[in-house]
Amino acid sequence: MASADGHPLLTVFVAIALAAAAFYAVHTAYDWSDERIAANERARTVARLNSVLEPELRDRDLTTSLLAVTDVELLGSDEPVDVFVLTDRGAPMATVFAAVAPHGYNAAIDLLIGVSPIGTVTGVRAVRHRETKGLGDAIEVAKSDWILQFDRKALTAPPAELWAIDQDEGAFDAISGATVTSRAVVTAVKNTLLYFEQHRDELYARAAEVAAAAETDGP
Amino acid sequence: MNQPPSSWQEATAPLWRDNLAFAQLLGLCPLLAVTTTLVAGLALGVASAAVIVIASTTMAALRRFVTPRARLPLALLILAALVTVVDLVTAAVLFDLHGVLGLFVPLIVVNSGLLAHARTVASERSIAFTFVSALSTGLGFIFAFIVLGALRELVGHGTLLAGTEMLAGSGSELTLTLPFSGMLVAVLPPGAFFVMGLLLALRNRLTRRAADGEAPR
Repeated sequence: MASADGHPLLTVFVAIALAAAAFYAVHTAYDWSDERIAANERARTVARLNSVLEPELRDRDLTTSLLAVTDVELLGSDEPVDVFVLTDRGAPMATVFAAVAPHGYNAAIDLLIGVSPIGTVTGVRAVRHRETKGLGDAIEVAKSDWILQFDRKALTAPPAELWAIDQDEGAFDAISGATVTSRAVVTAVKNTLLYFEQHRDELYARAAEVAAAAETDGP
Repeated sequence: MNQPPSSWQEATAPLWRDNLAFAQLLGLCPLLAVTTTLVAGLALGVASAAVIVIASTTMAALRRFVTPRARLPLALLILAALVTVVDLVTAAVLFDLHGVLGLFVPLIVVNSGLLAHARTVASERSIAFTFVSALSTGLGFIFAFIVLGALRELVGHGTLLAGTEMLAGSGSELTLTLPFSGMLVAVLPPGAFFVMGLLLALRNRLTRRAADGEAPR
């Protein structure tokens, strides 16, 4: 090693000073960024909620109540799933499920599914997935229009037995080369509609409670 | 600056002759993983370059005060702090881009090329030499990111500069779209190796030709 190598005691001193500086830098950066990151995440969630609402609801100032519900069979996850109930002066306008399609090709697919009060789909988006690039990733709206075919569908239109991809004699197109992915998404949307049909009143009642609680907390 | 020209040449060698990616083949993991588009590649290149300049220069400044054995842990400490700060700031300011880069910003801390630089050059050379050398290493690394990102985006997506709005806010889209939809393989992991391999072959040919042209020493 070259000329002046530091004294061990000096090294300890430098190490402590560096550790303190590193701590201070990280602490400051965290303080500064914490709220901004949270705001970014909130903005992203709201933007994503908007993408599955009916266009005329998108710019309205609706009250959003966040619920967490668990239903392994219908919502695809054994963890609680976020459900956003959007109301206008107490009247439910839309419900958005952060449902999961558990049987994607590589992993579970996180979806955002908007449902109108009468049980029609207002929009579906894949928010996180690990489907194969160039095949299954056509579920992204940026890559193809495939996911838009769910718009305005309901459990009665097409009838429940036709809620499947065309290879399974259903009414929905499959992405070519990505049958497993397509099947997973169709089933997840169908199951979410089933869940909504069975729990609609309960969800609305809970949302009203949440909204009322937020009202009393607020200014 | 009373450094002899050879020293200057040596300090700037990492720009091309000793390029981190193309000559030393270091730091390939983030390079190959992130360069699916030019913008993503450029962003990680800039982040890596900023980290290496600050970390190496700091190490060179502290060198005479610390024993050789303590240098690697201290370099890691500096790198880890810097990388955490860069990660938090990117998430706060360039949220969408942060989502694209994902884990690779924190992983700058274990970039072998940057570590090697902080350990070798910064442990033996002057502060000025280290600064110039770190800057060249960083710029050379950015160059690699840009070339690979641009080629893979052009061939793979048929676009160039997609996603500039993630860097500079909406309204700054500069995307060029070519009249073909792209050969997907270029943006898949194997494509990264194909493009890298072709670039290395090209570079070898160029350097060999240059060497043949010179008179034998």
